[in-house]
Amino acid sequence: MGALVEIRNLSKVYERGKERIEVLHHVNLDIERGGFVALMGPSGSGKTTLLNLIGGLDSPSEGTLSVAGRRIERLGEDALARWRASNVGFVFQFYNLLPMLSAQKNVELPLLLTRLSATQRKRKASIALQLVGLGNRAQHKPSELSGGQQQRVAIARALVSDPTLLVCDEPTGDLDRHSATDILTLLQQLNRDHGKTIVMVTHDPKAAEHARQTLHLDKGTFVESSELAYA
Amino acid sequence: MKYFSLVWAALFRRKTRTFFTLLSVLAAFLLFGLLDSVRTAFAVASNSVAAANRLITVSKISFTMSLPKSLYTRIQTEPGVADVTYANWFGGIYQDPKHFFPSMAVADNYFDLHPEWQLPGEQRKAFHDIRTGAVVGASLAEKYHWKIGDKIPLQATMFPQKDRSNVWTFDLVGIYHVDDPNLRGQESNFFINWDYFDEARSFGNGTVGWYVVKLADRNRADQVAGEIDALSADSDHETRTQSEQAFTAALMGQFADVGLIGGAIMGAVFFTLVLLTGNTMAQAVRERIPELAVLKTLGFTNRTVLALVLSESVLLLVLGGAVGLGIAGLIVDAVRTSLPAMGPTAPMVPVGGAIWLQGLGVMILVGLVVGALPAMRGMRLRIVDALSGH
Repeated sequence: MGALVEIRNLSKVYERGKERIEVLHHVNLDIERGGFVALMGPSGSGKTTLLNLIGGLDSPSEGTLSVAGRRIERLGEDALARWRASNVGFVFQFYNLLPMLSAQKNVELPLLLTRLSATQRKRKASIALQLVGLGNRAQHKPSELSGGQQQRVAIARALVSDPTLLVCDEPTGDLDRHSATDILTLLQQLNRDHGKTIVMVTHDPKAAEHARQTLHLDKGTFVESSELAYA
Repeated sequence: MKYFSLVWAALFRRKTRTFFTLLSVLAAFLLFGLLDSVRTAFAVASNSVAAANRLITVSKISFTMSLPKSLYTRIQTEPGVADVTYANWFGGIYQDPKHFFPSMAVADNYFDLHPEWQLPGEQRKAFHDIRTGAVVGASLAEKYHWKIGDKIPLQATMFPQKDRSNVWTFDLVGIYHVDDPNLRGQESNFFINWDYFDEARSFGNGTVGWYVVKLADRNRADQVAGEIDALSADSDHETRTQSEQAFTAALMGQFADVGLIGGAIMGAVFFTLVLLTGNTMAQAVRERIPELAVLKTLGFTNRTVLALVLSESVLLLVLGGAVGLGIAGLIVDAVRTSLPAMGPTAPMVPVGGAIWLQGLGVMILVGLVVGALPAMRGMRLRIVDALSGH
């Protein structure tokens, strides 16, 4: 069976006025189904850009990018949006929950794009919240939750449509050590027990220790990788 | 409908700002409802079915100038004329100048040409038989607690009696009703016998203020009007004959061009509303760029984001507008109930289906206009730039 994510000769160039900034330079990468990959590197190394490309938030300037056998670098904006809705769950550093919605309603957001009824949406959101240990906080607004709890809600939102891939951009960047460990443990659990494929960008070596594989980027190319085995 | 809770939550994200914006929208549509009620009343008053069959003949120079009564028999014999009657402004005051209502001296057959005024047969006969008899509208009678048999003194403002007295006393012999609620304001009239008036007044004898002509065929209105005016061509009492609708519009236009004034006021109000709500929406979307980016990240397409923002701005206008129109309806109903006789001005019509439809159309149009630019901004935002704060 091929890798879930296959990247060949991927490059990304930003043009700011007359300036051309090559952020990714002919990158190659395979991510196996059920993998948990941490991308590390200094600021400007291209790790977030690579993550955005894998998650379908941006399009490469050159190269190919396949997820579950589908070439996504060719998709138009609307097609990419529909692809993201079914295949990718996002977890951001600053949670990015909608402040005027309850935890339940935030988790239901991706399901608005499906044909599920209101009752079905509510049920699936409830299950997702229970999975992350927040079943009793469904009606709380984000302002009524701690940072760690908000990130759990964000993870529930990322999981609710049962995506192929979880893309996490500094998921513990805004959390204290204790909350960060909880979140990383949860991600490990999702990977190990539920088979979720996770790609995570992090600055924190301790966070990277929770992944199965760590890849280092510098100046738009991979420089080294390491693999960790965890139970 | 599944997105409604999302749109609603977005609208009330900043409750205070939304509340004050809703108040502005409410005020604008309250004014719209009230003005349109008055404007429609002016139009309806002269658009009644009966009025469509009537012409009004007045002096070509000014409707305040008199015409000879001798024209009556000449008009009566004109082809196309089914019937003709006449009247003269009396202009009496009851007790206090504040108590103003239209008072007119009318020919015996005046009610024949105004079937919308329901007067019982025996009261018609009494009006004919009793020279000092008066017939008033039901609303007017109710306002001043008049009943059949009352003696009602009016102070003349224009026509003293031959004995130089300004006080004319009339016997109330009839009270008429108007069934059409849109024409209920016509129950504010006070009618006296022209024969008695003409005999007793100190000047202007043998003249009338205007003729009312009933057409045999309304399709020949222009032709008949021209023939009636030809009767007095090149005389010292040239006439202008026109439909009752045109006459009423021209008469009201002498007081004020209600349509123009109303239109100007509403134009200014809605222009201000567009600026105000446009600014609110622009601010609201600007604050929520990262949230819109998150929606796009989750898979909401550009078109869906556009639709969400437009829905929000339309909802803002519809919410405030609907409440404003509702309050306008309540105010109009209260005014119509408490002030049935409103003098020479037409009454207000209820804020009904036509005004609501018009108002709804304006709400949606303004909502789309003010939401267009913010919606485009939301639609065009780049996820990566928006999430990184650029």
